[in-house]
Amino acid sequence: MAGQTDGRPAAVRAEGIVKRYGPTVALEGAGLTVRAGEAHALVGRNGAGKSTLVSVLTGMERPDAGRVTFGGEPAPGWGDTAGWQRRVACVYQKSMTVPELTVAENLYLGRFQGERVIRWRALRERAGELLAGYGVDADPAARIKDLGVEQRQFVEIARALSFGARLIILDEPTARLDAAGIGRLFARLRSLRARGVAFLFISHHLQEVYELCDTVTVFRDARHVLTAPVAGLPEDALVAAMTGEEAGAARRSRTAARPPGEPVLRTEGLALEGHFAPLDLTVRAGEVVGLAGATGSGNTAIGEVLVGLRAPDRGRISVRGRPVRTGSVPHALEAGIGYVPEDRHREGLVPGRSVAENATLTVADQLGPMGTVLPARTREFARRMIASLDIKATGPGQPVSGLSGGNQQKVVIARALAREPAVLVAVRPTNGVDVKSKDALLGVVRDVADGGSGAVLVSDELDDLRVCDRVLTVFHGRVTAAFGAGWRDHELVAAMEGMGEHDAPGGEHPPAGEGRPAGRDTEGTEGTEGTAS
Amino acid sequence: MTETASPPAAGAVDKAPRRGRPRLDPARWRDLSLVPVILVLGVIGFIVSPAFLTRDNLIGVVQQSTELGLLVLAEALILISGRMDLSLESTIGLAPVLALWLVMPAHGARFAGLELFPAWTAVPLCLAVGAAVGAANGFLILKLRVNGFIATLGMLTMLRGLQVGISEGQSIGNVPASFAYLGKADWLGVPAAVWICLALFALGGTALGYLRHGRALYAIGGNPEAARAAGIRVDRITWIVLAVGGLLAAFAGILYTGHYGAVSASQGNGWIFQVFAAAVIGGISLKGGRGTLFGALTGVLTLQLVINVMTLGGVPPLWTQFLNGMIIIVALVISRFTSGEKQD
Repeated sequence: MAGQTDGRPAAVRAEGIVKRYGPTVALEGAGLTVRAGEAHALVGRNGAGKSTLVSVLTGMERPDAGRVTFGGEPAPGWGDTAGWQRRVACVYQKSMTVPELTVAENLYLGRFQGERVIRWRALRERAGELLAGYGVDADPAARIKDLGVEQRQFVEIARALSFGARLIILDEPTARLDAAGIGRLFARLRSLRARGVAFLFISHHLQEVYELCDTVTVFRDARHVLTAPVAGLPEDALVAAMTGEEAGAARRSRTAARPPGEPVLRTEGLALEGHFAPLDLTVRAGEVVGLAGATGSGNTAIGEVLVGLRAPDRGRISVRGRPVRTGSVPHALEAGIGYVPEDRHREGLVPGRSVAENATLTVADQLGPMGTVLPARTREFARRMIASLDIKATGPGQPVSGLSGGNQQKVVIARALAREPAVLVAVRPTNGVDVKSKDALLGVVRDVADGGSGAVLVSDELDDLRVCDRVLTVFHGRVTAAFGAGWRDHELVAAMEGMGEHDAPGGEHPPAGEGRPAGRDTEGTEGTEGTAS
Repeated sequence: MTETASPPAAGAVDKAPRRGRPRLDPARWRDLSLVPVILVLGVIGFIVSPAFLTRDNLIGVVQQSTELGLLVLAEALILISGRMDLSLESTIGLAPVLALWLVMPAHGARFAGLELFPAWTAVPLCLAVGAAVGAANGFLILKLRVNGFIATLGMLTMLRGLQVGISEGQSIGNVPASFAYLGKADWLGVPAAVWICLALFALGGTALGYLRHGRALYAIGGNPEAARAAGIRVDRITWIVLAVGGLLAAFAGILYTGHYGAVSASQGNGWIFQVFAAAVIGGISLKGGRGTLFGALTGVLTLQLVINVMTLGGVPPLWTQFLNGMIIIVALVISRFTSGEKQD
């Protein structure tokens, strides 16, 4: 895996890195070599160990074993922040600048050298020179918050380089940029490369890897799988390396026992500006439909619109033929849409309250006459849920914060199932739970469908999507492909990464002409409360 | 301490629906954490002065607890749903003044009213003013999405100014009989205000424990996003809670006015500090979603007992403020460790 030597020492070489978090192995003897002036891509599915490697390479985490060298010299001591900064810089997906301060201040934050009193004019001049040196067109006196995402990123890159680093790690740098911005970013990166700066480029978008990088390294399940020149590496080989399966080998999954019945959920022209293009979706009884897509693809936004957390700009939703008022959670619940939110800590659970209370949040109106909630009925209800979902808790009275991740997620699912929904919308339901709970949770989703309801599963995890009868892939807010049961991992991953656009059969035709979504769909859900009037 | 015998039963209903077996678990201990403190204060009071354990003194303590107690009840409901309202201390003064202004005779008395409504409407008008103040806070916080702390702080100052402006900075006496009745009457040998206060705490505790919307307050305060995703109408319920909070403060104003026979210009001035202190000592989380009304009630009693014991102990009046502040801090630390939980 070591790159061939071309006279110059490697910008960074990591060998045999092992990192464990408790019982979880994040990196198992993984390594990587980035040569000077090289654009090196690091790809892998979620949990492959990419971010852990970045933490190790930037000195944020200390590996349990292994060796890191920069330009042939051993890495600085752990905790020597300045030493690390001189060798490697990382531009994170999330901006690490202070928005209220000026560009000049951000560039020299924490290192206004040699002067007790800040000499503003000199500082601005120095900042201007620095920016000009890297061809960044930004006013040093402007505040960071007034800059666009793109300029902000360039300022961050310039700051990183000004520490003297000749290796820059870019973590999903294109996630927040539009197509033109990506083009300009790539142009800038190429010119920096020509000056000997090396890049480690982390992306979920494989086409960008092909566009920008010379070499690609694939991680899978905490291990290094492959390092190869990008030129001459076929796409399927790359995807196969990521998914760990030979192209062509299909995995059978558990799908519907009987043919799907009547439509339970139907959307017509449902759209949310900047998140997803008009969507016509039909979910039938007994069917689990997957909406597959990477972060920012818009699939989460679709889920949130379906359950009423966000109001769509256009379009209609109906459940069992009856129209549902959009943008209102109570109406969606009433109509029979159950919701398992993406982040159980943010939207799923009330941490200090008991299992019983959390599980019955959605059915509080059914636990007693005239707006009362009878404790006996609440406990009874919770006990039934604990038994049927096999939740490991000491009893209905235990606070949910004391449960394991998997059991917490079961409580969230219990809450969604409490109203016996006609259709269950689950967003990344197995996020952060262990393998065993994963199977159990997915089994529950399957059972819901087998019981005559429909289910929509929004996820980017192949294991989740395996329970689906149909999977629609969403890329940049549009449904790009539809798969029946028995899809192959590499096809699905390729479609989720926006490669090899398939025809979208079965009436899920995405209209053309929508641009790339403006922002990531996980951003704030501020705005309409959905309960007004 | 006969007066504290009934609150446990009233407050216990808060916890009942979340409990499977009738055993003492940490959550219940947290509720009772101030009870030993109250007992210790009683012993100290007895040592300090023989007058402490007299019927008159104890009734005086609980009577003085009622007005503060109602404000704490209001603030507790608002805090549990994850908001705060500083303007309660102004509402307790403004609502009676505004109501009296609308009904008092235009001539003849020292304070000239508008005489727009018959005298019997003073109580409902006062309550309506309180609810309106709460609703106005709700509008600022929930519709305009301004910072709740500063908005209600502004409201506090503004309403205080309004009261001073209307009353011309003077006390208002000769209030209508209907307005003074509740604060003055004795029922079964105990001030009516005490019974009413206990009843309202019991009612509030029951609502929090047994009513769908009451229970929703914990969910809203604990995690508004989760509550919203579960179909709870978060903004609407919060708005109602703020209005109810204002209404309770106005009611406290009625009791206070009746108790002293007049609305003083500084009625409620500076109380909000004690309100928050009592609530937090009583185990209500400032971050929302945690605490019980029984706990809040014990917080009120603790504070009032401390003040009473200090008075009986002959602490020089010039030093009471210093000691009062110090004791709040001590009580806070004690309740932090007896409950074993971080207060936030």
